[in-house]
Amino acid sequence: MSLNELTIAEARDALRKGDTTAAELTGACLSAIEKAGALNAFVHHTPEIAQEQAAAADQRLKAGDAPALCGIPLGIKDLFCTRGVPSQAASGILEGFRPEYESTVTRQLFASGAVMLGKLNMDEFAMGSSNETSVYGNAVNPWKVDDRLLTPGGSSGGSAAAVAGDLCLGATGTDTGGSIRQPAAFTGIVGIKPTYGRCSRWGIVAFASSLDQAGPMTKTVRDAAIMLQAMAGHDPMDSTSADIPVPDFEAALTGDIRGKKIGIPREYRMEGMPAEIEKLWADGAAMLRDAGAEIVDISLPHTKYALPAYYVVAPAEASSNLARYDGVRYGHRAALGKGDGIVEMYEKTRAEGFGKEVQRRVMIGTYVLSAGFYDAYYNRARKVRALIKRDFDEVFAAGVDAILTPATPSSAFGLGEMASADPVQMYLNDVFTVTVNLAGLPGISVPAGLDQKGLPLGLQLIGRPWAEGDLLNHAYVLEQAAGFAARPAKWWLEG
Amino acid sequence: MLDHLAFSAPEPKRIAGAREDWELVIGLEVHAQVASNAKLFSGASTTFGAEPNSNVAFVDAAMPGMLPVINEFCVAQAVRTGLGLKAGINLRSAFDRKNYFYPDLPQGYQISQLYHPIVGEGEIIVDMGPGVARRVRIERIHLEQDAGKSIHDMDPNMSFVDLNRTGVALMEIVSRPDIRGPEEAAAYVAKLRQILRYLGTCDGNMQNGNLRADVNVSICRPGDYEKFIETGDASVLGTRCEIKNMNSMRFIQQAIEYEARRQIAIVEDGGKVDQETRLYDPDKGETRSMRSKEEAHDYRYFPCPDLLPLEIEQAWVDDIAATMPELPDAKKARFVKDLGLSEYDASVLTAEVENADYFEAVVAVCADGKLAANWVINELFGRLKKEGHEIGASPVSPAQLGGIVKLIKSGDISGKIAKDLFEIVYTEGGDPAEIVEARGMKQVTDLGAIETAVDEIIAANPAQVEKAKQNPKLAGWFVGQVLKASGGKANPAAVNEIVAKKLGL
Repeated sequence: MSLNELTIAEARDALRKGDTTAAELTGACLSAIEKAGALNAFVHHTPEIAQEQAAAADQRLKAGDAPALCGIPLGIKDLFCTRGVPSQAASGILEGFRPEYESTVTRQLFASGAVMLGKLNMDEFAMGSSNETSVYGNAVNPWKVDDRLLTPGGSSGGSAAAVAGDLCLGATGTDTGGSIRQPAAFTGIVGIKPTYGRCSRWGIVAFASSLDQAGPMTKTVRDAAIMLQAMAGHDPMDSTSADIPVPDFEAALTGDIRGKKIGIPREYRMEGMPAEIEKLWADGAAMLRDAGAEIVDISLPHTKYALPAYYVVAPAEASSNLARYDGVRYGHRAALGKGDGIVEMYEKTRAEGFGKEVQRRVMIGTYVLSAGFYDAYYNRARKVRALIKRDFDEVFAAGVDAILTPATPSSAFGLGEMASADPVQMYLNDVFTVTVNLAGLPGISVPAGLDQKGLPLGLQLIGRPWAEGDLLNHAYVLEQAAGFAARPAKWWLEG
Repeated sequence: MLDHLAFSAPEPKRIAGAREDWELVIGLEVHAQVASNAKLFSGASTTFGAEPNSNVAFVDAAMPGMLPVINEFCVAQAVRTGLGLKAGINLRSAFDRKNYFYPDLPQGYQISQLYHPIVGEGEIIVDMGPGVARRVRIERIHLEQDAGKSIHDMDPNMSFVDLNRTGVALMEIVSRPDIRGPEEAAAYVAKLRQILRYLGTCDGNMQNGNLRADVNVSICRPGDYEKFIETGDASVLGTRCEIKNMNSMRFIQQAIEYEARRQIAIVEDGGKVDQETRLYDPDKGETRSMRSKEEAHDYRYFPCPDLLPLEIEQAWVDDIAATMPELPDAKKARFVKDLGLSEYDASVLTAEVENADYFEAVVAVCADGKLAANWVINELFGRLKKEGHEIGASPVSPAQLGGIVKLIKSGDISGKIAKDLFEIVYTEGGDPAEIVEARGMKQVTDLGAIETAVDEIIAANPAQVEKAKQNPKLAGWFVGQVLKASGGKANPAAVNEIVAKKLGL
């Protein structure tokens, strides 16, 4: 086994034992990245920074000061601002932008010794479910059917591809409507979106502020616990960050869920759901039952309104959040013609700098907030959001500890397959995940099996607010029981 | 303690049109820059006049991923202002985004409080002269960010942007349409400014743009306003126009005057006033259309998702209330009731809190409010004004002026000598009592000495004595002669008495 194939927990132990060094580990990842151009996962490489951080990590290890992530090579989603390193949110409008500041999450990761290999591909401004809206072109799923290239999902597609392809040991993702969990499911890895407010949003390029949360994408549940530990915590720079202590997530992985109550929401049984998804879901429930949990049917009656509400709230916030990209202060500015004024500068800059999907959502968001439509769309969506949250509150109040659902309606689809489809088809990818963002809850995607094509499928567990430890433990049990061990063939190494 | 002196409402201003008389209905939205060292949502400095773009935090420049964090001090200042305007404080308020594109607005939105302002209904008593004042209701006060500054005249092809002011905290203070004339509008701004300065929540510097007003003006026929007040139905009033961004009380008055006449002319010609935003051009003395209702921006207000609702505790509000200074109305009432001042003098002395403080320090030394008021207003202010000094730069301290007044009060010096003494203290400094002693300026009240002096004058002017016996008013001539002979030091009252006695009047 090469070093880059290790889990974070394995690498941590090996480093502490002195079986390997951060420099070696980092070197293995850098060389894996170099050979994985076909995956287009990394859009900006930072080998110098990585080597420097690895050397520093080796010093710390030698000195016996080795926090959990000391010397662990990670990939960072391009949505995170990293000081002095291009941070473009995979958008043309942020062309050449190198922030003078470090996001809180990456600062915390580096403070606990993590090594940054580079910036990861994603959908532009995290808007998309296939990584195809990226200005860098799409990332590619390491899993493949015959010769057909598949999407790694989105928006954290580069993160998912990089972790599944063993280019890094873990990666940061962000999740506004499923952007961690869907790509994790598509690539057979673990991805957790913590409770809204658990990780600081400071320094993360905003998509929809009331929904955005950062989270780890890793090979195992234990790795997710280790990495989330370093990412989480109160940040006075983010008013929506919660001043709540961060428990020891890894210590929560007891594997004991006896007596826990797992809810199966009947509204998630969508019409036309593929039989293999339904079977996966049932199998997952059975595994948790076998582990001593009680499985109960629950109802989340407003589920069917979640997707439309999400596609009002998220674009509304995005239309406002993206107004700052105007060509005045940083990033792309269009060349102006004779007589062009400020209005033309805005129009040309934004037309050139934003891709089609971003433009679509800015238009939708502007529309739903406009006078005369505000109440019918935005306000109604806010009310629906409150009802969705209440659905969950009631279920948890009734004693349910976690909720089990499929993570996605299908396995990874082919790149370009959705190109001519109605955008709503693409939005349907989020059908199981958006409710969790609207309610601000923690949700985790765990690889649970392969479909008939041999592609990974994930199950989603939804937890109580601030109960990530408990949620991770449920996921850990599911992971152990499912025993998902399949790995993609490294086809990109040939030729 | 008295809140304010009794008053009656002024008559609304009437303007005669070509056909009939008209009245005005005016409401103001005042933007007052919060006195604070740091901005509303960032730690950047608010110092005026700094190098362009030097007081700019990452969040002020709307760098990607940057987030606003509320400045608690600015919230306290808004609460203090609300309490000063006897307004309700909303323990829960919230911030909204007002979206529009402009280069001096880096975020593409202004963070403001549309739906849930921090301060609710209050009032301001606008003084229009002794015993006359207009009670103007305050609808609300909310906190919001100021924009930066676009500079269009530095380059023929480019505009420049200075973000120093971007994100500085403003209080928008919204009045009800209770103001009934141009003078009242100017007086309203003056009174509001005075209260804010007393509170220390805004420095009120209008030249620097720290206090600016948007003025809503409409016209109505006499009697219509009363109907509106009774029913709350604004449709009985005329269509209003908003004159934006005025930073001088004189211009406010001129603009309203012009705007009222413009609207009257339109209506009397059978036309309709369009609801629109207008700008006042002080050079031409007229308002002109800036944008019509149709062109009005759709600001797409929605709750700012980067900020949680602002929740404050009653105990915190109470702490602020406990440190409130005495405000102008109460101070004026006290000066009238307790110190026996005229309302006019009390108004002059309370106009600026520094003046009132100076005056009170003088009274503390001399224990005579009326005499102190005379000397502060007439002598000191007159002299300071002549030299262009503020009270803070006065060469005469309250202790010195109090000493002078005390010498007058005790009869040690006459009013005339006191003026000389004031001049000496003003130009040379020193302790008034010591100067009087050292320079022999003390008033002569030795009756024997005065009698001798009177006798001498009478003896030397027999013709005048005869005339004075015919016409007692001429006794004053003898008094003047005696005072002159004493170098002004003889006590005039004593001289009067003795002259009258000697002349047998």
